[in-house]
Amino acid sequence: MAALIEASGLTRHFGGVRAVENVDFRLEHGEIHALIGPNGAGKTTFVSLLSGRIPVQSGRILLAGDDITALSAHARVRKGIAYTFQITSIYPRLSVFDNVALAAQSRGAPDLKDQVAAALGRVGLKDHAAQTAGTLSYGHQRLLELAMGLALRPRVLILDEPTQGLAAGEIEGFKSLVASLVPDTTVLLIEHNMDVVMDLATRITVLNFGQVLATGTPEEIRQNSHVQAAYLGGGDAEG
Amino acid sequence: MTDGAKSWALHLGLIVALFAAQFFLPQYHATNLARIMVLAVFAMGYNIAFGYTGLLSLGHALFFAAGMYGMGLPIWQLEWPALPALIMGLVAGGGVAAAVGVLALRTTGVSFMIVTLMFAQAGYLTILYFNTYSGGDEGFVVDRAGRMIGGMDLAADTPRYLAALGLFAVAMLGCLVLVRSPFGRVMVAMRENEERSRMLGYNPFAVKLTALVVSGIYAGAAGAAYGLLFGYVGASFAQIQYSILPLLYVLLGGAGTVIGPFLGAAAMFYLIDIASSYTSAYFFVVGAALVALVVFAPKGMLGTLRDRGLKWLP
Repeated sequence: MAALIEASGLTRHFGGVRAVENVDFRLEHGEIHALIGPNGAGKTTFVSLLSGRIPVQSGRILLAGDDITALSAHARVRKGIAYTFQITSIYPRLSVFDNVALAAQSRGAPDLKDQVAAALGRVGLKDHAAQTAGTLSYGHQRLLELAMGLALRPRVLILDEPTQGLAAGEIEGFKSLVASLVPDTTVLLIEHNMDVVMDLATRITVLNFGQVLATGTPEEIRQNSHVQAAYLGGGDAEG
Repeated sequence: MTDGAKSWALHLGLIVALFAAQFFLPQYHATNLARIMVLAVFAMGYNIAFGYTGLLSLGHALFFAAGMYGMGLPIWQLEWPALPALIMGLVAGGGVAAAVGVLALRTTGVSFMIVTLMFAQAGYLTILYFNTYSGGDEGFVVDRAGRMIGGMDLAADTPRYLAALGLFAVAMLGCLVLVRSPFGRVMVAMRENEERSRMLGYNPFAVKLTALVVSGIYAGAAGAAYGLLFGYVGASFAQIQYSILPLLYVLLGGAGTVIGPFLGAAAMFYLIDIASSYTSAYFFVVGAALVALVVFAPKGMLGTLRDRGLKWLP
């Protein structure tokens, strides 16, 4: 069976900066795949190429075997690639209900109210439906962003640093939520919090200077000497 | 009462009140009100683009004039009856908006304002240039014979008032249905956060173009009706002030509210009417009123009311 997303030779430069350089990548059905790497490694650029927010310079992207390289971002969302923003991007002046309804109606959900209630219920924001989104706490806004992603019922959910700025208790809740999404939804997770990555990911890809350094299970990545050198700071940092 | 029921009651109530008003108002004010209702349709159309979708256009005079000439020229040159000419006005307004939108919507923000302004100026100059066919800056009078719809003489006071009210009612209820619909929600989403909307699967260009065409149809309907009801078609309606006026009506009444454009049009109309009876510098009074608006109620009359507790106002 074809991988859910298969990217080959993806490249994107910004001026002289090789943000993403000749990256091959496979996202298998139903996995939680973490994308890690030092700051500036090209993680956000890479997922922006997958979601279509940034056009590719060269390379090819297949979604379940179909070439989607030339599709616009909004067309890719309709095909099932949802992206949640690193910096929370909601509609602060609209109600929580409207925020999620916009996601649900985008795929033509007939029973809008039920779908919104289900998505809000899943992230624990059911009681906040009538509230203006901008008045939610930061943690709740992150959850709302996630609920919007879920309401799209995507095949692939790309989460860009979802736990950034969350309290420890909120991170635990988030982890169990993401774990409950698979295998119906495949998750591609950019994350700096190594505990979250090691607990959730079935596979990990490490990016460094826009190139793939290693791909493997959490155990393999932990043992990989290149990764240790480049990302974890070498043997000296072990302690 | 649910929020939906409240808003229907309010809007239907306004239509009933306007219907009743013709029996109480002196003729002078009834004619003013007919004018205001037609201008309010123009402003409602402007509000669909600006208030709901966030498209700050400075070119709506072009769509208003497209409707007016789209109606007037077939009557004048081809002796069409009024009803098909009126429909032609709507089509012209929407068609011109589509053509402008396809080009202007490649830009956003200030560039969009300037591009729409330029298109409108080009439209105005085009009317002057083809003065043999358009009547140039003198314009032309629409014959009384051309202003009959189904035996109703639109030059007479009562049919004129009723025709203006009918158009206003259809336009307002249409706007209400639109903004409460799923597409209305998407228009607002485009205004609030375009990038997020794109990443929810909406094509920003398609949404904005649709909103602009609907807006153009409203402006075209208003322009056509204005020419038909008041019997004159002229290039002055294509001038920049007819792009600014709907913006002022909407800001005054409340951007992104259904009734706001009507309140704004009525307030501005009477402000000018009353001020000009005291001084020839009536634009000074208008300017002072706008400064007061920006300082004390930047969201306009209804926008302020909505913030102060009437959250259900659509």
